[in-house]
Amino acid sequence: MYLSQFLLLAAVLFCIGIYGVLARRNAVLVLMSIELMLNAVNINLVAFGAFRRNVVGQVFALFVIAIAAAEVGVGLAIVLLIYRNRASIGLDEVDLMKG
Amino acid sequence: MNSFDSWALSLAVFVPMVGLVAMMLIPRAQETALKAIALLTTAATAGIGVYLLFAFDYGKSRALQFEVNNRWIEVINSRYHIGIDGISLPLLALSMLITVLCVVYSWDHFPEPRNPKAFLILILVLETGMNGTFVAQDLILFFVFFELVLLPMYFMIGVWGGPNRQYAAIKFFLFTLFGSALMILSFLALYFKGGNTFDIVKLAQLHGDGIVHSTQLVIFGGLFMGFAIKVPMFPFHTWLPDAHTEAPTVGSVILAAILLKLGTYGFVRIAIPILPEAARSWSPWIGALAVIGIIYGALGCLAQRDMKRLIAFSSVAHMGFVMLGIATLTTFGINAAIFGMVAHGLITGMLFFLAGSIGERFETREISRLGGLLLQAPRLGWILGFCAMASLGLPGLAGFWGEFPAILSAYQPAAGLSEPLFRTYMVVASVGTVLAAGYLLWMLQRVAFGVVRPEFERAHVHDVHVPEYLAWVPMLLLIVALGVYPHLLFHVTDDAVQGVTAGVSAKPAGTITAAGVRR
Amino acid sequence: MLDNVWLIPLLPAVSFAVILLWGKRLPSKGAESGILAVGASFVLSVVVAAEWIAKSGPREAIEHSSTWLQSGSVKFGAGTHVDGLTVMMLLVVTFISLMVHVYSTGYMHGDRRYTYFFAALSLFTASMLLLVVSDNSLQFLVGWELVGVCSFMLIGHWWEEKDNSDAAVKAFLTTRTGDVGLMIGIITLFFAAKGSFNIAHLNQLALEGGISHRLLLVGGTCLFLGVVGKSAQFPLHTWLPDAMAGPTPVSALIHAATMVVAGVYLIARFYPVFFSGFSIDAGGVNAVAIIGSITLVIAALLAFVQDDVKKVLAYSTVSQLGYMVMALGVGAWSAGIFHLFTHAFFKALLFLAAGSVIHGVHSNNMSEMGGLRKHMPWTFRTFIIGSLALAGIPPLAGFFSKDEILLGAHENGFPLMLVVGLIGAFMTAAYMTRACYLVFWGEYRGHGHPHESPPSMVVPLQVLAVLSVVAGLVNTWVVGDRLRFAHWATVPGTEELIQRFRLEHAFALSDAAISVAVAVAGIGLAGLYYFRGALKPIRGLTRRSTAARAGYTLLVNKYYLDVFYTDIIVGSIKGPIAQAAYWFDQRVIDGVVNGAGVGAREVGRFTYDVIDQRVVDGLANGAGAGAEESGSILRLIQTGRVQQYAAALFGAAALFAVGLVLIT
Repeated sequence: MYLSQFLLLAAVLFCIGIYGVLARRNAVLVLMSIELMLNAVNINLVAFGAFRRNVVGQVFALFVIAIAAAEVGVGLAIVLLIYRNRASIGLDEVDLMKG
Repeated sequence: MNSFDSWALSLAVFVPMVGLVAMMLIPRAQETALKAIALLTTAATAGIGVYLLFAFDYGKSRALQFEVNNRWIEVINSRYHIGIDGISLPLLALSMLITVLCVVYSWDHFPEPRNPKAFLILILVLETGMNGTFVAQDLILFFVFFELVLLPMYFMIGVWGGPNRQYAAIKFFLFTLFGSALMILSFLALYFKGGNTFDIVKLAQLHGDGIVHSTQLVIFGGLFMGFAIKVPMFPFHTWLPDAHTEAPTVGSVILAAILLKLGTYGFVRIAIPILPEAARSWSPWIGALAVIGIIYGALGCLAQRDMKRLIAFSSVAHMGFVMLGIATLTTFGINAAIFGMVAHGLITGMLFFLAGSIGERFETREISRLGGLLLQAPRLGWILGFCAMASLGLPGLAGFWGEFPAILSAYQPAAGLSEPLFRTYMVVASVGTVLAAGYLLWMLQRVAFGVVRPEFERAHVHDVHVPEYLAWVPMLLLIVALGVYPHLLFHVTDDAVQGVTAGVSAKPAGTITAAGVRR
Repeated sequence: MLDNVWLIPLLPAVSFAVILLWGKRLPSKGAESGILAVGASFVLSVVVAAEWIAKSGPREAIEHSSTWLQSGSVKFGAGTHVDGLTVMMLLVVTFISLMVHVYSTGYMHGDRRYTYFFAALSLFTASMLLLVVSDNSLQFLVGWELVGVCSFMLIGHWWEEKDNSDAAVKAFLTTRTGDVGLMIGIITLFFAAKGSFNIAHLNQLALEGGISHRLLLVGGTCLFLGVVGKSAQFPLHTWLPDAMAGPTPVSALIHAATMVVAGVYLIARFYPVFFSGFSIDAGGVNAVAIIGSITLVIAALLAFVQDDVKKVLAYSTVSQLGYMVMALGVGAWSAGIFHLFTHAFFKALLFLAAGSVIHGVHSNNMSEMGGLRKHMPWTFRTFIIGSLALAGIPPLAGFFSKDEILLGAHENGFPLMLVVGLIGAFMTAAYMTRACYLVFWGEYRGHGHPHESPPSMVVPLQVLAVLSVVAGLVNTWVVGDRLRFAHWATVPGTEELIQRFRLEHAFALSDAAISVAVAVAGIGLAGLYYFRGALKPIRGLTRRSTAARAGYTLLVNKYYLDVFYTDIIVGSIKGPIAQAAYWFDQRVIDGVVNGAGVGAREVGRFTYDVIDQRVVDGLANGAGAGAEESGSILRLIQTGRVQQYAAALFGAAALFAVGLVLIT
């Protein structure tokens, strides 16, 4: 087992998550991609913690999980409201703040 | 000097202001009260003038008398310095006399739109300005009074004038103001170059020491512009015919009699004493413009159809004689110039009065439409003839002593000036006297002689009546008195003028030596 | 009295004031004031003359002066100077003036401005006397100009008619043109005399050689210009005939006897200046003599073609003035002023007599006269006497004076002037004969009822006639040495000239005979032509010969000089030249001024519209527009799409990270 394998896995997941956040229409999908990015970060943190025999990594990961949970809850609530008002969750249609 | 003496000149300048305040408090409808106050004020000022004439020490006319020198504007070192000497006194007296006579004349001669209050108030402001200019001995003070006369005259012409009054008024105002702008630049230059003082007496004592000649020439140029436009000298004279033609009668009289003298007075009081070397360099040009003015003014007169415009051009010609006398920088010349100023003030003032009265009676001033005045209003015609004779320089009347000594002084100008050049001027100026006779007699012949025109045959033209008599008789008497006994004026100015010319030349004033024959 | 000569001009001056103020209320409407004053002046003049003549030993001039004005601490005086010349002039002026005053009470009776006329006469007399007694050239100039003004007033006395006022203006302007020279001459000589107007002082300097010849010539020439104007010499003589528009007494007083001789008086008074300046002792020719002789001849020619009797006399006066000037030009000083003396009497006589004729016939034109010797006997007799005196027939006055002039020309070496003088004498006699014939002989051609004039007019004629007869004898042995004109009518100083250059001559019979012969010939020829109708070849000459007609036309048009002066010189000055000057004033100079005003307005408008509104405001507006533009460009970034914001964020973060790694 090498550290770099875990880091590579985390990077790949992170990139997939970035792609999802930036390029997908569906709001729920964007939220899922954010979760993916966060989990990729978690893998990074835990991997560093394991290989450096430091418990700080795990502590950080626990924080991230909690915050991610809260964030998804709020995010899904916002998506629900958007759906109720617009009958669609296409993010490229939400441009009311256009200058 | 008793205490009244130290107040005398200030009173002379500011009493009209007191009258003005009094008049402003009285409503416009009470005409008699207004006229009375104006008359009282100007008469009081003239009374001060009479006092000055008596209290003046004629033996020491070179020194400043009734002098007052108080703090005024400390920041720029400008003081309230006033005083009169032999040069200012005659002009001051003339100013007071003309103003009071103008008020007398105006008693029933107000021009349309009728507003005695405003009109008389403007006359009082004018008087303050004129008197102030003649007594000021500080450049800033001089400038203030010099400019003060512009606005009242502007309004006089612009409100009560003839058909083209707007143009004439603004032209007069801007043209003279343009000159004054250059003049104040010169004043400032004198301040900075001449020792940080605006005091005329001190600057005159310096004689321009410490100022490089080329700078002196430029400074003199600025002064020249300011004064020459006012005189008016050719070619800066074109505001005069319009201003005079359009102005109401009293406005023309004051303009001709006094305001023009402010310019020539400026030359004698300020320009020549303070910058004598520059004066000597400039004087051939001044002389040239002066004699051109004499001939040109006369030619312009001959082309006129309006009486007032003709007299206006004659002013250009007469002031040419005055400027020629000044340009020679000799005692005789400047004496002649001052005499000419007073004489011109009286004579041309009278002529404008007459033109106004004639225009009023006949509703026209066009010479071709007038005629036979001696038949319809004989006294008016006779006075016109008298004034025409005085204006063409007939000996025995005041005008001669303004012209002949000026021509004489041109024969031998001050040291350093070209004799052949000035003698040429002398000849040209003499020819000018012929032209003067020409246009005046031509006008007289057309207006006074001949028969009454059919147009006016049934018109009721009344002859000279009381206010006109009262206004004119003093001037006519003075014209005769000064003409017959010129010593009256010469002995006042002589000493003071010698002081001016002494500054011009290194050697004592003039080169005329006493050589009479007594048996 | 010699010390109080100032009284003599003063009395008529006072009379002038009196008449002006109270004339209309006086019983004789002001005439009495004038007559009294002039009469008193005449008496005083006689007293002065007596005192002067009675002075024994060499006579010195008497001078008094008081300060008139001062300049440069030099005092100039006004005063009197009395010598023989002054005395002579005083007598002439006051006497002729007195005669004219008396005459005018008849002639001007009922005139529209009777009182004013006498006031002007008084003023004129006072001015002329002032001129005559002056001791300095400044005062002289004053008197000179004043008589010019009085002449103006009197010529144009009937100014309702334009011709009269035209004549008055013409007289004044012509003399004033000459006065330019006079003024410059006085000024030049003032400085030449080192700053003095005093005439005696100037003369002394000129005699002693204290003034350079050139300066004297310049000064003298300039003074002579004044003489040419005032004494109606060629070419400024044209005003005198026109001046006949005035009343005849005026013509007699001013334009025959007094004012016009002021120029001759000037030369006589300033004689050392002229003598040295023009080198009169050299003989031959000089400007003064030449002008005098030209005037003499051309005026005499003109007298032949006049219809107006006054014009004949006017041209005759011009001609005689030419004689006087010529006399002074040839060095015959005493002769010149003697001719002034005698001429005053017979010319005044002729004018007054002509006035009497005109008064009787109500016309000036000789074509409307004729045969009047029957109707106006006294006028006729006196006129004939005057004519004979003028023609120079002995023993009348004119003979002596004219003869002396010719003698002077002969002996001082001026042969040309002698010839001219003789020609002039011939012509004078001839044209006077013509005039006499046309007026008094033949049949009456007019329409009125000619009658003799009242005594107020006839008596002066008689008095003057007597004088015309005897006045000439004053310069002969008849009156004795002391009373002899040439002995008392002198100027101390000029006497030396007289001694030095033989200016005074004894009577020479041969010359006298020639001049008398010439005069008789003139009378004779004219007499033949007119009285006898003889000389047939001459009659109708102008109709047959073109040359004669051309000459006649030239004379009738007065050599076209008047046309030249009035139409060409004056007309062009008053017309095109003045208009041109005024055009220049209004279009060029005022064009600059107005152009400055318009230009200033244009500059203001340009400044406002272009610079202010477009440039400066443009900058201000541009700033705003720029901000707006950049804003609307930047606005494109605001898509409102969260994902794009996120993309930007990520991109920036990546860049930062790369940067960080590279730096550290």
